[in-house]
Amino acid sequence: MKRMILALLVLVAIGAGLFWILTEPGRLSEAELSAMPAGDPVAGEIVFWAGGCTSCHAAPKSSGDDKKILAGGLEFKTDFGVFRAPNISSDKKQGIGDWDQAAFANAMLYGTTPGGSHYYPAFPYTSYIRMSHQDLSNLWAYMQTLPASSNVVEAHDVGFPFNIRRGLGLWKLLYLSDEPILDVPADNDQLVRGRYLVEGLSHCGECHTPRNAIGGPDKSRWLAGGRAPEGNEKIPNIAPHGSFAEWSESDIVEVLTSGFTPEYDSVGSSMADVVTNTSKLPKSDREAIAAYLKAVKPPVQ
Amino acid sequence: MRLIVAGLAALAITTTALASGNPAAERQALMKNVGAATKAGAAMAKGEVDFDAVTAQLVLRTMNNAGLAFGYMFPEGSETGEKTEAKPEIWSDRVGFDKLVNKFVADTSATVTDLDSFKAAFGAATENCGTCHKAYRVKTN
Repeated sequence: MKRMILALLVLVAIGAGLFWILTEPGRLSEAELSAMPAGDPVAGEIVFWAGGCTSCHAAPKSSGDDKKILAGGLEFKTDFGVFRAPNISSDKKQGIGDWDQAAFANAMLYGTTPGGSHYYPAFPYTSYIRMSHQDLSNLWAYMQTLPASSNVVEAHDVGFPFNIRRGLGLWKLLYLSDEPILDVPADNDQLVRGRYLVEGLSHCGECHTPRNAIGGPDKSRWLAGGRAPEGNEKIPNIAPHGSFAEWSESDIVEVLTSGFTPEYDSVGSSMADVVTNTSKLPKSDREAIAAYLKAVKPPVQ
Repeated sequence: MRLIVAGLAALAITTTALASGNPAAERQALMKNVGAATKAGAAMAKGEVDFDAVTAQLVLRTMNNAGLAFGYMFPEGSETGEKTEAKPEIWSDRVGFDKLVNKFVADTSATVTDLDSFKAAFGAATENCGTCHKAYRVKTN
């Protein structure tokens, strides 16, 4: 009997040890951190708009220049619980003003907090992991120039078992990868740029790709739309076989510039925020997104 | 007598046409008109077609007309139906909604004299589309 209990305890210890190892939050290596290029805040502004930071992190209902105050507070009521966008302004106490570049890089690319815990994937690091280190550095430089806000944001309200953050390490093993989703010719600069924006920095797939029961993206139905993670909003299929099959590339460029569809309907809800961001990008970036969207393959049946 | 019957019949038809009892369908038709006007206006603002003062003014008038009607087009009880994309906030935040509608009416009241004045007025008018749709429109079907 004693032996059996001992064996059981050993098994539990091994299991716990394995869980601990598998769920270790990822971080950049010392070598990667020391090779991080210097940041240019001016170039970082484009990264900021392309990355859509302000859509979630600005105070709810803000507009104009207030969009640059990343005070947080927007709530996302999901099946897993209520997530609240944190204050990521330059405030040293409530924001991330006391972070260094390494902390920022680990958060953006690996969803790892400065304290070595996991962020929930409501923060789209599953896309940001594809960001270039130059863009990351530029963005960090730019964000430090933005105003501080002392707004206090409440903690997330998430139920068991999702409240055990360490377990997110297992989720990341399944879904956190910097592998490209679509194969594009390496010498086609426009498609490579489009892929970088759609799959990475601008994280289109976070809303436009359907998710499974544990919130993992169904990459076999890439960009094929579905229910929004929050509320009952219907997210359209933006792949070439989807709702916008008839649209030309210039129609896609137009909707990302002005919000107008070919019939001059104007997009609403969260996509209106996206247009506010994409309208600030160089036209070549919107053209690259359009070219990429036209190159997406139909879903595997 | 016949005349009276014909008159009443005509009145009945008119009444039906004016108030179908389906505000969700009516406002969608109205929005489509605004879309058609915006399409014509955008072609002119972009220089794809020549500027024409009469058409330009008609574009703004069509928008303005719709704006004046919007205040009546979202009554209590029309929160659902016709696959409406109207957000519940229209009814829970009526003051905020009315504020944006009034701004749209004001921004579409301009008188157009030339291409430059049209571009300015059209630009200001169409800014409202995204602002209002962001706050009060959501696709759920």
